[in-house]
Amino acid sequence: MAQLLLLHLLAAVVAPWLAKVLRRKAFPVLAVAPAVSFGWLVSVSSDVRAGNLPTQRISWVPGLGIDLDFRLTTLSWVLALLVTGVGALVLLYCTWYFAERDPTLWRFTSVFTAFAGAMLGLVLTDNLLVLYVFWELTTVFSYLLIGHNPASSTNRRAAMQALIVTTFGGLAMLIGIIAVGVHHTYSISELLADPPPLDAVTVTALVLLLVGALSKSALVPFHFWLPGAMAAPTPVSAYLHAAAMVKAGIYLVALLAPAFAGAPAWHALTVGLGLLTMLVGGWRALRQHDIKLLLAYGTVSQLGFIVAIAGLGTKTSALSALALVIAHGLFKSTLFLTVGVVDKCTGTRDLRELSGVGRRLLPVSVPATLAALSMAGIIPLAGFVSKESALEALWQDVQTSTPLPGPWSWLAVTGVVAGSALTVAYTARFLWGAFATKPGVDPTPVKAAHPGFVLSPLLLGVGCLLLGLLSPLESPWLMPYAVSSPLGDTPPSLALWHGLTVPLGLSLVSVAVGLLLFVRRDVVGRAQARVPALVDGERGFSRTMRWVDRGAVETTAVTQRGSLPIYLAAILIVFVALPGAAALTRGTLPSIRLWDNVGQAVVGVFMVAAAVLVLVTRRRLTAVMLVGATGYGVSLLFVLHGAPDLAITQMLVETVSLVVFVLALRRLPTKFTRHPHSPSRTWRIALGVAVGASVGLIALVASGGRTADPVSAEFPTEAYAFGHGKNIVNVTLVDIRAWDTLGEVSVLVAAATGIASLIFVRTRNTRLSRATAKALPSSNPARGTWLHGGRTMRKEKRSVIFEVVTRLVFHVMLAASLFLLFAGHNQPGGGFAGGLVAGLALVVRYLAGGRYELDEAAPFDAGLLVGLGLLVAVGSALAPLAFGGTILETTAVDFTLPPCGEVHLVTSLFFDIGVYLIVVGMMLDIVRSLGTGIDRQIADEESEQEREVART
Amino acid sequence: MTTVAPTLIESTLQPNLTLVLVTVFLVATGTALALDRSLVRVLLGMVLIGNGVAVLYLVISGRAGRAPFVGEDPAAISDPLPQAMVLTAIVISLATIGFLLALSYRLWQVSGTDDVPDDAEDARIQRLALEDQTSSTYDPSEASTTTSDELAEEGVVSGAGSSGTEPSATEPSGTEPSGTMTARAGGDPR
Repeated sequence: MAQLLLLHLLAAVVAPWLAKVLRRKAFPVLAVAPAVSFGWLVSVSSDVRAGNLPTQRISWVPGLGIDLDFRLTTLSWVLALLVTGVGALVLLYCTWYFAERDPTLWRFTSVFTAFAGAMLGLVLTDNLLVLYVFWELTTVFSYLLIGHNPASSTNRRAAMQALIVTTFGGLAMLIGIIAVGVHHTYSISELLADPPPLDAVTVTALVLLLVGALSKSALVPFHFWLPGAMAAPTPVSAYLHAAAMVKAGIYLVALLAPAFAGAPAWHALTVGLGLLTMLVGGWRALRQHDIKLLLAYGTVSQLGFIVAIAGLGTKTSALSALALVIAHGLFKSTLFLTVGVVDKCTGTRDLRELSGVGRRLLPVSVPATLAALSMAGIIPLAGFVSKESALEALWQDVQTSTPLPGPWSWLAVTGVVAGSALTVAYTARFLWGAFATKPGVDPTPVKAAHPGFVLSPLLLGVGCLLLGLLSPLESPWLMPYAVSSPLGDTPPSLALWHGLTVPLGLSLVSVAVGLLLFVRRDVVGRAQARVPALVDGERGFSRTMRWVDRGAVETTAVTQRGSLPIYLAAILIVFVALPGAAALTRGTLPSIRLWDNVGQAVVGVFMVAAAVLVLVTRRRLTAVMLVGATGYGVSLLFVLHGAPDLAITQMLVETVSLVVFVLALRRLPTKFTRHPHSPSRTWRIALGVAVGASVGLIALVASGGRTADPVSAEFPTEAYAFGHGKNIVNVTLVDIRAWDTLGEVSVLVAAATGIASLIFVRTRNTRLSRATAKALPSSNPARGTWLHGGRTMRKEKRSVIFEVVTRLVFHVMLAASLFLLFAGHNQPGGGFAGGLVAGLALVVRYLAGGRYELDEAAPFDAGLLVGLGLLVAVGSALAPLAFGGTILETTAVDFTLPPCGEVHLVTSLFFDIGVYLIVVGMMLDIVRSLGTGIDRQIADEESEQEREVART
Repeated sequence: MTTVAPTLIESTLQPNLTLVLVTVFLVATGTALALDRSLVRVLLGMVLIGNGVAVLYLVISGRAGRAPFVGEDPAAISDPLPQAMVLTAIVISLATIGFLLALSYRLWQVSGTDDVPDDAEDARIQRLALEDQTSSTYDPSEASTTTSDELAEEGVVSGAGSSGTEPSATEPSGTEPSGTMTARAGGDPR
């Protein structure tokens, strides 16, 4: 069975290409896919009848209970025959429906074939989740088919309506499916064989499943999307109304009915809404002038009828529901296809303009008449047989009061008789409207139809007749499904003649009333015009959509204020209100030490003073200096705490960030401006105090909460045993918690790239300009200068002392940075500190000699360095795998290197080298962007101004 | 320099009040700055908060001690794990500073100020909400997708289309979503 689906998929994939090559002759080729499937289904029919149900399982996501299970039961076999048989004939019909040069063929052929495949998958699968996937696939494909002509706003809106309504139902169904699956099983056959008890969860799930089915089958209140969907090309309508899409809902109801028909709300939703839909659809069909729209409302009515009968859940009703599905599939596809021919041959579908078409289009009007009589339920057609059976099922209910109690069963019978009368009336209106010769209307000009064009409707129409005549032969094939219902007795075989029974009488009544309604159609029409549309789903839909949209606008307006301070304040207020308040009310304070040493208090006072002053100052650079002061204070606290690595790194970072701040802020106004929409200062400080107090309180309470030994208690021994290093902090970075470090250096890479892309908006700064490359004044020889780049700077910006010191210090700094890198494993230092020192050396070169000097010092792209660093870090992390180790494992190698003697090489050094390179690259990126990049922009603007001045 | 009596890395913590107070002040002033409009002040606020959190890690570290090296008395050293965490945080804060500075500079370049403006799109939605309007992508047409039977009854609209591929394309006048979008966008002061 999976092969059949693959065949459809393959056909859908090659369809665009086929359509390009063969134009519309691609349709008969594509029809092979459903035709082959039909043939296979016929070949296994005796197995299905005998109960040797073919099954197939392809494991997909076993952990989630999703397997590609397929199985063929009587129900799915019947639906699959309909889907593939009608599908093949409709595809064949398309050959003559579309114009040879239709530019949309490539899309239509593909979507239609995929749609047929999805529908086939839906009825074949045995897994509820897979069923859902196919279900939504049919929704998506039908959306594309209904919106076939996107230039028309009506088409677009009809497609959107169908999509929203059926997706809404599909989502409801998904919740139901998951509830059933978690509660019980996702396997359909298991679910039916062993239905779960009807507790609250199961009943809710069942209702949700029914919402999905009803929305798909266009029952009240979702009925409006289906008539709108007839905006699609006629072959699509024929397939959609007869075999696919809407039949999915009926399939689901029929699938669940044998197991769940007795559940609460089941009969109200299926029989109640079904009969209401039957009446609403028939009533509105009576008023239509477009014969295609008339048929569309007729489908709504018929779907209500079938759902009502399938939902009843007795053996007799199950048999008749299946017979109804087949009969409806045959006659509705015939009728739509003939409407398509009439439309093509006359150019209109308005029954007020059509006249005398029947006689001149006999190959069309004959099958259409057969199908219409079947729809009306006239002897000896298939529709009559199935309707008799349905009335029989309802009459049994009246007699036995099961499953519907007395008055309700009478209501159901009355509803079906009234609905059948409406059906007879609108069928008569259709036949008269499409084919009759009307007095006072000129005969419609008719073009001859191609024989192939009428082949499909002819075959299907004759099918209506044959199925009626041969109905006793049909029953045994359907009986296995009928007897799976627990209620009622085994039904009598389908037949044209059961004798003079009550159902026959009811049938005759409905035909008589229906004909009367048609004959007195002017009176009926006037009556209808006075009665307002009671069930206007479409208006309700528009209102709902408007309400949803308005709700979204209001919600967005309330929550999305678009103001950074407000967003930040919202987060912070939650922080104060929840964890802060919890610490205040529930927390217990531990015993507290004042300080470890007085030094901490001295540094602390100094830091607090600096922090408070930041709030006061309005000068940018003052604020930066004060913040820097707190940073140096932190560094001192690290020293006092016994954390030399931290102290070194913090000191370096603080120095670099001061430089960076000055570089970036040199063009910005020297003072902060007061923004009119800033939150007031009192307010900001109040929130700040609240947040600070919360942090302090939480710190105290959380500190008191510690009960276990810290994980780091073992670090000193582990560091040397596994990390082969004596600097525990460094070993923690490159070995014990190396995964963290790997993540953090990735952040550095991202930030460095971000900085560069913000300044050099279009390209990364790969345009290096070294001082030697720049044309220097030849009278000023390179010999005897301390820095080449210095000569490119303006005289007033140069400092000879600085240049001299830089020249002397630069290489020493680089050497120091390498020392920190290599020694870091056993002494204070490491990749981070080493990288920062190297970066600082570059900063010094830049400050002393300008941007050309920087390019002289680092004649390569920063991105290259960053990328190389990441490569080295990741490479060294993965390398142990090659030697049978684990990722980031550290080993020590001892060997003798002649000039140096004994070498103790720890492999995590390579990881640290990667970190070092990344940090240097990041620093280079910062200086290139905020230093060189801004320099260049200033220079460009100045030369621009000079040119302006020169021009004026 | 620190002459602390040898203690194990404690399984119970006695928080250091001085460091907690330093944290409180740094975080409080940092938060007050971060709530400002100026992006540079926001950045300075973030740096202050970052420094405060670094001090907070010292609180969690427990007692001050000797530098954590193998060879020192394991009972006398400071807790190495928080130090490793803070070390990477410090370097990342440098990257953050660089990024936010580049952002501030770019903002100044584009708008002439480093003040963060309110989002224009959000302001537009608030105006829609105030005027009880629908969103710009909403299709306000309530016309039926089928030919309305009431209209058909009065013969206002011809119920039938002309050809099969183009069934009854009765365009409701002026309900194209794109049309309403441009009309609304025109009312935007920006």
